[in-house]
Amino acid sequence: MSGSEGTAVITAKALTKRFGDFEAVKGTDFEVRAGEAFGFLGPNGAGKSSTMRMIGAVSPVTSGELRIFGLDPADDGRKIRARLGVVPQQDELDEFLTVKDNLVIYGRYFDIPLKACREKAMELLEFVQLADRADSKVQPLSGGMKRRVTIARSLMSDPEILLLDEPTTGLDPQARHVLWDRLYRLKQQGVTLVLTTHYMDEAEQLCDRLVVMDQGEIAAEGSPAELIRTHSPREVLELRFPAGTNAEHAPKVEGVGARQEVLPDRILIYADDGEAALSEVHRRQAVPESALVRRSTLEDVFLRLTGRTLVE
Amino acid sequence: MMGLSTPPAVRVWEHQLILYRRIWASNVVVSIVRPLLYVLGMGLGVGGLVDDGPRADEVLDGLTYFQFFAPAMIATTAMMVLVNDSLWPIRGGFLWNRTFFSQAASPISPGEIVGGVALWHLTKGLLSSVGVAVVLALFPSTRTWGLIPAVGVGALTGVAFAAPLTTWAAWRETDLSFPNINRFVIVPMFLFSGAFYPISQLPTWLQWFSRITPVWHGVELCRGAVYGGLSLGDVVVHVVYLLAWAGVGWVLARKVFADRLGN
Ligand SMILES: Nc1ncnc2c1ncn2[C@@H]1O[C@H](COP(=O)(O)OP(=O)(O)O)[C@@H](O)[C@H]1O
Ligand SMILES: [Mg+2]
Repeated sequence: MSGSEGTAVITAKALTKRFGDFEAVKGTDFEVRAGEAFGFLGPNGAGKSSTMRMIGAVSPVTSGELRIFGLDPADDGRKIRARLGVVPQQDELDEFLTVKDNLVIYGRYFDIPLKACREKAMELLEFVQLADRADSKVQPLSGGMKRRVTIARSLMSDPEILLLDEPTTGLDPQARHVLWDRLYRLKQQGVTLVLTTHYMDEAEQLCDRLVVMDQGEIAAEGSPAELIRTHSPREVLELRFPAGTNAEHAPKVEGVGARQEVLPDRILIYADDGEAALSEVHRRQAVPESALVRRSTLEDVFLRLTGRTLVE
Repeated sequence: MMGLSTPPAVRVWEHQLILYRRIWASNVVVSIVRPLLYVLGMGLGVGGLVDDGPRADEVLDGLTYFQFFAPAMIATTAMMVLVNDSLWPIRGGFLWNRTFFSQAASPISPGEIVGGVALWHLTKGLLSSVGVAVVLALFPSTRTWGLIPAVGVGALTGVAFAAPLTTWAAWRETDLSFPNINRFVIVPMFLFSGAFYPISQLPTWLQWFSRITPVWHGVELCRGAVYGGLSLGDVVVHVVYLLAWAGVGWVLARKVFADRLGN
């Protein structure tokens, strides 16, 4: 991906969504470029789904400006939806129909001729590795399989942009990796991916660029590497002291490293050299039950920006 | 590739049709056997008592009880079938399989989704009415060409219930009211619909209840279609009344669907 070279396919300026007097999205600005994988990283309630539903041209914008393919969803919702693929947060499959019929009927919503729907459905079931389940009912499938059916379904209309709202929440690690692999292939085929997640590893794996979202606002924007570089020293030293003694140990290690976070279960010390920080901790005779040096992640960025962890 | 385009409401209707493919055989059996049992049980059983009664000719307008009761089944069956097709399935479309949300994410608009639901309800109304009409065609005393318009009346009666109940089901947050709608609204309507006896047998205030219920209008129209005897004015009033329930129901349903799918 050539970074800033791609043309903008989605732009939002001061985008706001209110439900009654509650503001779920509080004037966000962002831009998604053709061919990239763009993420919204944030905890539950951050306003990710509300944003996705506005982009999907189903939920009206309260105020601000939103353009998808240069079109205003208030005027051209139907045209926009015709060019999008949507993977909603909750699967919306018809459990009484077969896997294949779920795809076929979805293609019909887009007015694709029935025969073409049938061919396309089989092609896509191959793609998500579920061709052997084409004639099985949806109901007995595992969560990961249902998610793959939903992704196949969203591709029936050959969308230019694929909107994925928490594509892997609730799936086991293996199912997540299968899904990531498929999404990566779609990106290689030129499909623009817009996804939300509260998993920092998912954001790091999939996203070229992302925004960190919290309580309806965007806290930071950039590539995963940029965000980590800008907002967190290179390494993190995680110290675990006996339960309930964090507060007592915190003063002992004060000043070690560039910054510290005292969490309920551990103390994080941010430093460019984690091992050196650990030597300093030992020199001060603060003896943790365990100590671990790791690289900074988006989780640390989130903690830095919001003072909270991503997954409570 | 871009062949003829299909109207959006028809594409929504197709979803129901695919679902129906699985159950059509048992559905057809039910829609013939059930009216057959009713017609035989009520028509012959009760008829045996009533037809020999002293006032039979006067009250039933010269019809046998079997003849009197049987055409009403077209309207009441369509009502029963469509009550079931509009309460829980509509709720399911919002809450369980969330089909309406899937459709709203496609180029189809909420109003067109309601259009597709209405088309499906009409279809089910026609199918159930045809089932009863086939049964009536088996018996010489109820076999007239009037069964054909009566099928249309049955479908219209069904949607006069389905449209407002679709609105209700889409609007309510819970389904606690649904069993009570069946118990306290639909069953009384069925009993006072004029299907089992002419409503002239009822005290005046209950006659007014009957006249308010859409199903009585359907029953009168069906009987009139099969045996004649309704004035043009009566026909217009009955049809307009049924259309009004369906029309108001659909207009409200469009509003509720639009609010719920696009908030
Ligand atoms: N239809 C709605 N009506 C009222 N409040 C809503 C509605 N949808 C979302 N919210 C509220 O808006 C906030 C953001 O929700 P959402 O966009 O779903 O966040 P996320 O997807 O990041 O978890 C939450 O506090 C949620 O309760
Ligand atoms: Mg969400």
